[in-house]
Amino acid sequence: MLGVWMVYPTVYTIVRSFFGQHGFLGTWVGIDNYKTLFTTSTLTTAIKNNAIWVAVVPALVTAIGLLFAVLTEHVRWAVAFKTVVFLPMAISAFATGVTWRIMYQQDPGLGAINALGKVVSGAVSPAGVLSSALPSTPALQQKGGAMTLKTPLHPGGVALLGLTGIPPDQVPGGAAQAVKPAPKPGDVVGTVWRDFKPGGGKVGVVEKQELGIPGVTVELRDASGKVVQSTKTKADGTFDFSKVPAGTYNAGIGAATFAKPFGGYAWLGSNLIVPSLLIAYIWIWAGFAMVVIGAGLSAMPRDVLEAARTDGATEWQTFRRVTVPLLAPVLSVVFVTMIINVLKVFDIVFALAPQSEYAKANVIALAMYFTAFQGGGNFGLGSAIAVFLFLLVIPVLALNIRRFRREI
Amino acid sequence: MAAAAESIVIPAPRDSAAAKILRFVARAPVRIVLVVLGAAWLVPTIGLFITSILPASALASKGWWQIFSHPSVATWSNYNALFHNSGLIQALKTTAYIAVGNTLLVVLIGAMAGYAFAWLDFPGRDWLFVGVIGLLVVPLQMALIPMFKLYDTFGLFDTWEGIALFHVAFGLPFAIFLLRNFFVGLPKDILESARIDGAKEIVIFLRLILPLGLPAIASLAIFQFLWTWNDLLVALTFGQNTTPITVWIAGQLREFGTSIDIIAPASFISLVVPLCVFLAFQRYFVQGLLAGSVK
Repeated sequence: MLGVWMVYPTVYTIVRSFFGQHGFLGTWVGIDNYKTLFTTSTLTTAIKNNAIWVAVVPALVTAIGLLFAVLTEHVRWAVAFKTVVFLPMAISAFATGVTWRIMYQQDPGLGAINALGKVVSGAVSPAGVLSSALPSTPALQQKGGAMTLKTPLHPGGVALLGLTGIPPDQVPGGAAQAVKPAPKPGDVVGTVWRDFKPGGGKVGVVEKQELGIPGVTVELRDASGKVVQSTKTKADGTFDFSKVPAGTYNAGIGAATFAKPFGGYAWLGSNLIVPSLLIAYIWIWAGFAMVVIGAGLSAMPRDVLEAARTDGATEWQTFRRVTVPLLAPVLSVVFVTMIINVLKVFDIVFALAPQSEYAKANVIALAMYFTAFQGGGNFGLGSAIAVFLFLLVIPVLALNIRRFRREI
Repeated sequence: MAAAAESIVIPAPRDSAAAKILRFVARAPVRIVLVVLGAAWLVPTIGLFITSILPASALASKGWWQIFSHPSVATWSNYNALFHNSGLIQALKTTAYIAVGNTLLVVLIGAMAGYAFAWLDFPGRDWLFVGVIGLLVVPLQMALIPMFKLYDTFGLFDTWEGIALFHVAFGLPFAIFLLRNFFVGLPKDILESARIDGAKEIVIFLRLILPLGLPAIASLAIFQFLWTWNDLLVALTFGQNTTPITVWIAGQLREFGTSIDIIAPASFISLVVPLCVFLAFQRYFVQGLLAGSVK
């Protein structure tokens, strides 16, 4: 049985990797398939990505597993916690992919992770009250987020800051009919209003049914661009900079008012796809590391730890100098197991990465599948990829055999 | 030595209430960290479940957590629809055939081979076992292409038997490895005395080895079952119309945005069976894991 399903195929695949695309053997191409493997960009991406996986995942999984195992050691409900963390191990990597696709959706209204991001970013830099507003006339210029009236003003002038593109539900509460203020000597007055009414209206003119926008921060800048005064608009949209010294000024609305709300990161877009996959994968395997390391931890001789503590070592020193070295064999087992797992990773990439991002998210196993099957149909190159993968795990194979031979 | 040391230890004074509270507070940060981490580990699965009981129309505009403010939108209609979906029912049946069938075979063959490697003397035994250990890490990608062709020739392509047999082959090295190591640890004198009493090997195997080896066999069975229930790659390669649940969902995945009301509940169904198996037999699962990874 092992002969038919494993030994024969292994030999065949190795041989097959030196032949061309079609047929039982195809035509002899020598090492061309291997050349292709290292020169085709999708395949080199796969190899590079796998290298990232190997560099990141085993170390992180082992570290997280160690952390969890140590933290849960003296907690009474450790069993519940361990079950929860271990749960993803029972679920297929495929279902995990679907699960994380739901978590990773870009719209903060849909994807939980971006929703969390929105809460955080909302606290750090809140979105402006008028995030979607646009100037209603070219007289108002948008520059670096702020909107400034192009025409310079002097004391006694009137600034009309008309905005459009504000949906009705974004108009701040308490807004009243907009009023165009009368000029006041020595002051710069003006109004910020929604320069739009049902049916359109005339741009740049304050008309009936057009609402003033209250609570907007208006800034008055001098010729050098320095803000000399700022004030908030009233219910009818009017504002008043009093006692302005003679000179030339520009009136405008500050950038904070127009700050865009958090739009969400494209976790599954081409820039973040690899880290996103790694996170989901670590989510699956942390439980494995935790359980294995936890078992090693509970098998550890207590008296050694006690001795270290009696000798006055701090918790951290005990952990660093006694626990970790004693656990080293277990840690290395977890680490090596994870390297093998990561080299063969397939399901999660297949399920979690959108098809349009396969090229970016590619890993060796996925590349092998798509080269040989699914329209690829190139058995020669597919075999070469499989052999390459096999070569990568051979050191582990040698390690296993050596360990067994030492046993007997 | 340890007992002697214990007997002369001066009994610690009983903790006062204040000391207890102090210790509780000191440990609070660890507890809080654990609760947060536990939540982080649980949320995705809960999210999947809640998504699966929300109608597509509700999911178009808001995330699954809206259920906390409008619990009334929840509905079983997604599941209802799925249980009338013949494709899914068929896929579930196929998955069950593959998972159960191959697990039985792996356990049977694995136990016999494990017994042979552990307790029977035959020429080249250790070398063969080294070979089995070598096969432990062979990536199954190595076999996909040749078996694809072989299955094509022998009519095994696109049958659940073909997929199950492939799993048997790739499950066996681990099975033999695990069971052999467990059997080797069984008390030797029981076996010796049975042999002296004139018991045949097959009787020893059935009456002694199987019952004694039950913990390891249970671990193996659970492992193999979960592994094959959750498999994607093998079924994707060797199935076309005979598809287990993972492949069936993968087929729907192309339109992720539009068919979320099928994908989410189907994924949850696919996950319920392994989840129950895992929760019911967690102990064996962990044992198998430890035995398998501390190679």
